[in-house]
Amino acid sequence: MTLIDLANPTRFLSLTAKILPWLAAATAILLAVGLYQSAMAPDDYQQGATVKIMFIHVPNAWLSMFVWGVMSLSALGTLVWRHPLADVSAKAAAPIGAAFTFLALVTGSLWGRPMWGTYWEWDARLTSVLILFLMYLGLIALWRAVEDPSRAARAAAVLTLVGAINIPIIKFSVDWWNTLHQPASVLRMGGSTLDKAFLIPLLVMAVAFSLLFVTLHLAAMRNEILRRRVRALQMQQASQPRA
Amino acid sequence: MTALFALLRRDIQVALRIGGGALIGVLFFLIVVVLMPFAVGPDLALLKKLGPAILWLGALLASLLTLDRLFAADHDDGSLDLLTMSRTPLELVCLTKAIAHWLVAGLPLIVATPILGLLLNLDGDATLAVALTLLAGTPALTFTGMIGAALAVALRRGGLLLAVLVLPLSIPVLIFGVAASNAAVLEPAGFGAPLSILCALSLAGLVIGPLAAAASLRHGLD
Repeated sequence: MTLIDLANPTRFLSLTAKILPWLAAATAILLAVGLYQSAMAPDDYQQGATVKIMFIHVPNAWLSMFVWGVMSLSALGTLVWRHPLADVSAKAAAPIGAAFTFLALVTGSLWGRPMWGTYWEWDARLTSVLILFLMYLGLIALWRAVEDPSRAARAAAVLTLVGAINIPIIKFSVDWWNTLHQPASVLRMGGSTLDKAFLIPLLVMAVAFSLLFVTLHLAAMRNEILRRRVRALQMQQASQPRA
Repeated sequence: MTALFALLRRDIQVALRIGGGALIGVLFFLIVVVLMPFAVGPDLALLKKLGPAILWLGALLASLLTLDRLFAADHDDGSLDLLTMSRTPLELVCLTKAIAHWLVAGLPLIVATPILGLLLNLDGDATLAVALTLLAGTPALTFTGMIGAALAVALRRGGLLLAVLVLPLSIPVLIFGVAASNAAVLEPAGFGAPLSILCALSLAGLVIGPLAAAASLRHGLD
């Protein structure tokens, strides 16, 4: 089973039909476990109960960047290999990524109010994530502006790859600039600075949200394939002379 | 090389003749700057403080306004198809068109800056700093904008989309442009670093812009 075998949409549909229920079940179980562990996690000695926002905020923020990564790989698939499912994947991922980015911004803002005393601060991390959100919206607008899906896919692929420059800027913004947002504390040289009581629920939630993304992404790809088939059938019907 | 020089000359000539609309950008720049005192009030001290930001914002919007001229006219009369099919690499064609566009649309903005600086009560040093940062930064705006123009040219409602696609990409240029201009007024020692970053952004745009624009033209025009 290689990537090229999946190029056949019918095979992709039958394969995903088999694995989607399992994925959805695993996502639900992990989300339940993660939420329970997050609720049971001890309060922080400084932040009190608001530290629990982290368990939602951090996975969303990770995924907001990860989804752009997935779209960049799909864009390469569209431009380099002309993989027929790559543009479906890129199109399906954009709204999901925008939603994750929006949730990361909202939860971060709600967390910032009690901790920093302000909903919004124009520091490097917040600003660059806001730009990411705007680029997601621009990309969705581009997808919606072109009728021919394959032409839209190639235009969106170029924009996705150009926008990918923003991802390392977001990741390292907290190290390059001295910002209000705290620097990286989980994935860093010399090990995590987070206590186990917080780290384990956070990792469970991160895996759960990643599975949630994969589930939603595959389901959205199925919908997109079916939508294209319906459109092709409608166009075929419209072009036939009435009997 | 001669083909590229011919293209450069042609683009500049077309832009300067009737229907080219090269100086519309400067006019728009002037109007945006004149609008600002009506919005924030004719307080000269406040205008002096906001001056660099107003000039940068005006230049950004003015360069956005003229961007769709970059490929749209050539697309309408079919010469873009000829350019795409010629033996000259499309990346170099895009680079040449961007340089021509900057010469007729970007450079006049910088020339107009000292006069507009007077309206905003900026002193000589500050005006010079803004003009210098615009000189370093507007090429980056043209090169990133070219990507959006190339994406939009094949689409029907392209002009509407162009601003949405290009503006997020131009935020870094705005940040460092205004930072350098303000540093020149407040603490001259901090002027060098943001100006260098601005030059770096323009150079990076010089590499990425033509490549991405050529790719989207190739894929979009089939």
